Amino acid sequence: MNTWVYIDHFKGNALPASWETIGVGKTLGNVTALVFGSGIEALAKAAFEYGADEVLLADDASLVDYRAEAYATTLSKLSAERTPDLLLFPTTTRGRELAGMVAIDLRTGVMVDVTSLEATGGKITVTRPIYAGKLLTKETCSSRPQIITLRGRAFPKPAQQAGKSGTLTKVAAAIGDFPTKVEGYTTSESGVSLTDASVIVSGGRGVSNNPALTPPAGLDEKQAEIWRAQQGFALVIDLASALGAAVGASRAAVDAGYVPYTHQVGQTGKVVSPDVYIACGISGAIQHLAGMRTSKVIVAINKDPEAPIFKLARYGVVGDLFQIVPALTVAFKKKMGK
Amino acid sequence: MKIVVCIKQVPDSTAKVVVEHGKVSWGDAPLIMNPWDEYALEAALQQKEALGGTVTAITIGDESTKEALKRALAMGADDATLICDPALVNMDTQATAQVLAATILKTGGVDMAFFGRQAIDGDAGLVPAQTARLLGWPALTLASVIKIEGINVRVERGIEEGRQIVTAKLPAVFSLTKDFGEPRYPSFMGIRKASRAEIPTWPLTELGIAAPASVIAWPEIINPPSREVKCEFITGGSPEEISETLANKILAEKVL
Ligand SMILES: Cc1cc2nc3c(=O)[nH]c(=O)nc-3n(C[C@H](O)[C@H](O)[C@H](O)COP(=O)(O)OP(=O)(O)OC[C@H]3O[C@@H](n4cnc5c(N)ncnc54)[C@H](O)[C@@H]3O)c2cc1C
Ligand SMILES: Nc1ncnc2c1ncn2[C@@H]1O[C@H](COP(=O)(O)O)[C@@H](O)[C@H]1O
Repeated sequence: MNTWVYIDHFKGNALPASWETIGVGKTLGNVTALVFGSGIEALAKAAFEYGADEVLLADDASLVDYRAEAYATTLSKLSAERTPDLLLFPTTTRGRELAGMVAIDLRTGVMVDVTSLEATGGKITVTRPIYAGKLLTKETCSSRPQIITLRGRAFPKPAQQAGKSGTLTKVAAAIGDFPTKVEGYTTSESGVSLTDASVIVSGGRGVSNNPALTPPAGLDEKQAEIWRAQQGFALVIDLASALGAAVGASRAAVDAGYVPYTHQVGQTGKVVSPDVYIACGISGAIQHLAGMRTSKVIVAINKDPEAPIFKLARYGVVGDLFQIVPALTVAFKKKMGK
Repeated sequence: MKIVVCIKQVPDSTAKVVVEHGKVSWGDAPLIMNPWDEYALEAALQQKEALGGTVTAITIGDESTKEALKRALAMGADDATLICDPALVNMDTQATAQVLAATILKTGGVDMAFFGRQAIDGDAGLVPAQTARLLGWPALTLASVIKIEGINVRVERGIEEGRQIVTAKLPAVFSLTKDFGEPRYPSFMGIRKASRAEIPTWPLTELGIAAPASVIAWPEIINPPSREVKCEFITGGSPEEISETLANKILAEKVL
């Protein structure tokens, strides 16, 4: 099968799901990686090292910033000329959007956020979660090319083979009067990105529940609760940094103002799938579980033995997070030689 | 400012959804407005309050989806349109986008078309960008801040790395996340207005299009394999002892 893989990146830094996508493409045959941007030859080199046989490189000043319209037009034009059988994208914000637009241009469909797939004689059948993972659906596409976006961390990342190369083909960026202009960026606070994280430590409403703490004088009730929660969240953040983990939160914690929305895990937050997910003071509402149920090892710390989170957890501690979480941080620091 | 908000009716997010005899069932759980579309409607109402104009809610669905449109009216939308046609069944996202694009054009004079980030049944998150592509309008997806000056629009959109600041000209398509705040509750007046409202229903002939062909098929929907995990509760005489055991167990999983 003639498979194309879109390499999603920000300023030359590829999102890891791009490499996983090459890995999937390689199980189906030869892979052509699409590398679009400006000054991104290093990325083409990396694509070869992760397994691409060919790279179509559109390296052009007009592509310095990702713009859906310019990128989609470039991609659709190439695809119309060279007729690949299959276009694969990582399910990132850009990957999803581009896949959708290219499907319109090429009059085909998208199978989105796929977690497994099989090919029989050129026809792909995918499996993807729907209803926030409550169900799985199989899907096929009757038109060509087939377009698929692959969920991050659902497929293994191929090993990088230093020095491996392949056929580099330079292609032109589409020229046109595209309707958007990128003015700049504001970057989020640094730290490990939730969706790529292999370990996540999350805090819920329970982090504000330490009656032993006395807030500084002069705070009203709401401020005092946030102050309490911040003390609790500090423990979650300490554990996360000991583990090199990302910090997550339940919606209750976000809505109460303890942490920004970018940390929210769940149906209306981020869907994550780390190797280890440690839930501290989170009850395990169905909408939270929707965002983390595919984590490999789930650990729950909750003082309520009936909390639904324990139904999904591999390990549980029924206890006060204010005692357990700091002790766990100490234990890990010791064991991991920090 | 003429704003349309595309909304979908979906089973409640707390519904227990299962496959029975090959069909999706949510028991007697209620159907609700897709939560992301409530956020989009809230953002639309705020734009209307700031800039003047009207908000029209649109849905493609059967008669029962009028309930979602009534909720939109009760929350403050000025009017609503139901696109309902027996030919519109099992639509994939590009077919949905074709019908919505035709509806937006037929509505006429639309400056801003608002969408939810994704529908919580199919979890696709494709329709906004696809509709924009069909209309040839800028796709300002995952917008968290919107500033309008005349026909110039400036948005901040959420990306993995933070926010991207983009300018464009209206008309444009927007998809919205939660940054405009919690959706408002219907007001008493709103509920009264909604209960009396006559919602126009347009068949495809009204849009002047044939039913778009869907290319994605769902040969099988299945219940996920149940995650048989038996929680092992870690106990001990002190937090230190519990943590010591727990850390060892986690490290023994060899995933760290
Ligand atoms: C449309 C919709 C979308 C939603 N989307 C999301 C989403 O994306 N993500 C999400 O998380 N939620 C979502 N929710 C909200 C969800 O239903 C729950 O309300 C929320 O997840 C609860 O968060 P929580 O577990 O932190 O709080 P709670 O349910 O209040 O649980 C707090 C837990 O902390 C424990 N606790 C308290 N003190 C301590 C202590 N000292 N030590 C240890 N444990 C303690 C308690 O026993 C309790 O189990 C959504 C809801 C709706 C309606
Ligand atoms: N049947 C529909 N009627 C109206 N709007 C829809 C419909 N389906 C999807 N949408 C809109 O498109 C958004 C994304 O849907 P989806 O791409 O299906 O996840 C939703 O949040 C709605 O705003």
